[in-house]
Amino acid sequence: MINWANFVSQVFNGLALGALLALISSGLTIIYGTLGVLNLAHGAMFMLGGYAGYVAYSYTGSFLVAVLAGSLFVGLVGILMERVIIRHFYSRPHEDQLLVTFGLGIVFVELVRLAFGSQSQLVPAPAIFSGITSLGFMFYPTYRLAVVGIIAVALTALFLVLYRTRIGMIVRAGIEDSMMVDALGINVYRVFMIVFGIGAMAAGFAGIVNAPVVSLTPGIGDDILVQTFVVVVIGGVGSFPGAILGGLIAGEIISITSMINPGYAYVMLFAAMTLVLVLRPYGLLGTRGRE
Amino acid sequence: MSSHDKNGLSRRNILTVGAGLAGATLLPGGFIMPAFADDKPAIGTWPAGSQGSSVTIGASVPRTGTYAVQGEDELKGYQLAVEHINEGHELVKKVSPKSKKGVLGKQLNLVVADSAAKPNEAVQAQQRFISENKAVMITGGTSSAVAVALNKLAQREKVLFVCGISGSNDTTGKDCVRYGVRQNFFGQTAAAAIAPLLVKTFGKNKKVAYMTPDYTYGHTVTKSMQDFTKDAGWTTVTNQISPLGAPDFSSYLLNVANSGADILINVNWGHDAVLSIQQAKQFGVLDKMKLVVPYQVPFLARETGGLMQGVYAATDYWWTIEDKFPLAKMFNDTFEKKFGYKPEWGAENAYISFLHWARMVEEAGSFYPPDVIKQYEKEETIPSLVGDVHYRKEDHQCVRPVVIVKGKMQKDMKGKEDFYEVVEIVPGKDLMQKPDEFGCKLGDYT
Repeated sequence: MINWANFVSQVFNGLALGALLALISSGLTIIYGTLGVLNLAHGAMFMLGGYAGYVAYSYTGSFLVAVLAGSLFVGLVGILMERVIIRHFYSRPHEDQLLVTFGLGIVFVELVRLAFGSQSQLVPAPAIFSGITSLGFMFYPTYRLAVVGIIAVALTALFLVLYRTRIGMIVRAGIEDSMMVDALGINVYRVFMIVFGIGAMAAGFAGIVNAPVVSLTPGIGDDILVQTFVVVVIGGVGSFPGAILGGLIAGEIISITSMINPGYAYVMLFAAMTLVLVLRPYGLLGTRGRE
Repeated sequence: MSSHDKNGLSRRNILTVGAGLAGATLLPGGFIMPAFADDKPAIGTWPAGSQGSSVTIGASVPRTGTYAVQGEDELKGYQLAVEHINEGHELVKKVSPKSKKGVLGKQLNLVVADSAAKPNEAVQAQQRFISENKAVMITGGTSSAVAVALNKLAQREKVLFVCGISGSNDTTGKDCVRYGVRQNFFGQTAAAAIAPLLVKTFGKNKKVAYMTPDYTYGHTVTKSMQDFTKDAGWTTVTNQISPLGAPDFSSYLLNVANSGADILINVNWGHDAVLSIQQAKQFGVLDKMKLVVPYQVPFLARETGGLMQGVYAATDYWWTIEDKFPLAKMFNDTFEKKFGYKPEWGAENAYISFLHWARMVEEAGSFYPPDVIKQYEKEETIPSLVGDVHYRKEDHQCVRPVVIVKGKMQKDMKGKEDFYEVVEIVPGKDLMQKPDEFGCKLGDYT
């Protein structure tokens, strides 16, 4: 299906897919970068955002309220998770951290399944973004266009927090050397809590913003989690700009490969990750020694 | 007093015999049984699995993942069948006249594992049910990849596999086994049944876009649809192959949208079908081309909220056929009473497969697997929920009708679960391929 119109459509679609992956991955990568904990419950956070938003939407009928509820709820879950469980694991081996976050992920997914069942739930797109828009070379769902804009705003906000605020400076310093930050008299554990909350919130926000594009099922975060890892590995572990670059690359790989041979779209994603691991193990924008 | 009594038995001898008897009771049951059971050697879990007052059936269905919704429905069908068989329900007696309570007087005990539609998880669980629970029969499906894997396990372990939902031609085709049987319709029969109607409805020489999940089910169903529409001049302009559980179908759908197709044949299943159809709507694909679902998905109409209206699909069962088939009516009523909704075809297939198996065991008069298999291979005409059927001896595929349905418009629906109108019930005999066409070689009995 290679023709000019389709190529341009796919490049654009890759950008849209990539934006979503970038947002989810940025949450995962700043948590790992700062706390050193690989949060395997991150996909479940994405899913929780969607369901929390869905509940809020069914009570209020407002998509805006749904987005707020989805993000804040998951941010809160993140903070609680860090305070009650994760903080006891900072000094424990990585395997323990993986196991506990993996386990928490299963608990969240099954709790949601218990409450809502396995059948998919719909959150409709807000009325102003419903329908299809003609971009000249292609037709594209209006809401998906809006999602690209919404995510761009969210990523910009995250960038400003990380690069233009005092707390962001501490977080970035923590990514470089958390012991040094601690030695300078900064309460690094409070920062950890905030980072975990922000990272989870990014996933929750992505979950509810993405909800009208897909239909919600309890397992929705599982496949996203795998892709998110790929993105983080490609972009560089702990690197916020790396997550964005990795996300966009992943989106483009899926879209453009699908045009040539759809059966290989997801395979190519892993091939790209393998290539990066071989040639540049710390990722495209990562720092040597952090992989 | 002499140490010998009149029978010539000494106290010492009595002690010896007693010790011998006590010792014999300590021997594992299987060790001494063959002498009592027609001199048949132990095979698989026989006779160990059927010596108690109950027998175990191992079921692996997807309760998580892309096929979770369909797996739960399937499981309900199994549960109801076990309940009915154990209590000697009237419906069981209609299908299996010799049945009383249980099977050969033994209560059925269903043990369940989540397969997540993954072959390795299903095989692990079933291996456990076979070695620890001595399951006399294993079942499950939803994912032909799982069905094919369990076929192989069943043949190796010599424990009968009564297949759950599986649409691939391979299940009773190139991957068929002596120890596997399948009740439900599949790629070949679905395509043979629906293709003539599609050509009649949409005309000849159409351009078709396919959406195909990337495993045995998807590939064989797409192939069958292509084969059966070829003579009418239908050509494939694109075939979008996607992995099971793809989180997004946008790139595939852009290719479909730009393909110039008249018809979209969507072979995706479970939540993949729900998501791809919803997103096809978002991308305007459904406004440009006609959607066809050749292998109907339980709950699809409910979950896609109106998008199946006017869409043709082939299926195993749709509840409104109850006006033609009294057994279907009985099944629908008892199922709905217990679970609160009309059964979909996953539950129907699960339920009737169990009743057929119970009948075969009752008729064979033994759980001995080769006898049960030979009973299936007698090709006796037996009742089902869609009329009389039989299992074909060459490939163990049930020869049964395929039901063609069309999504009802909102205004025509008489009740909230009246999603489809039954267009045609196509008899199974002429839909089947030649027994060896897909390369089936059943393998050994022992």
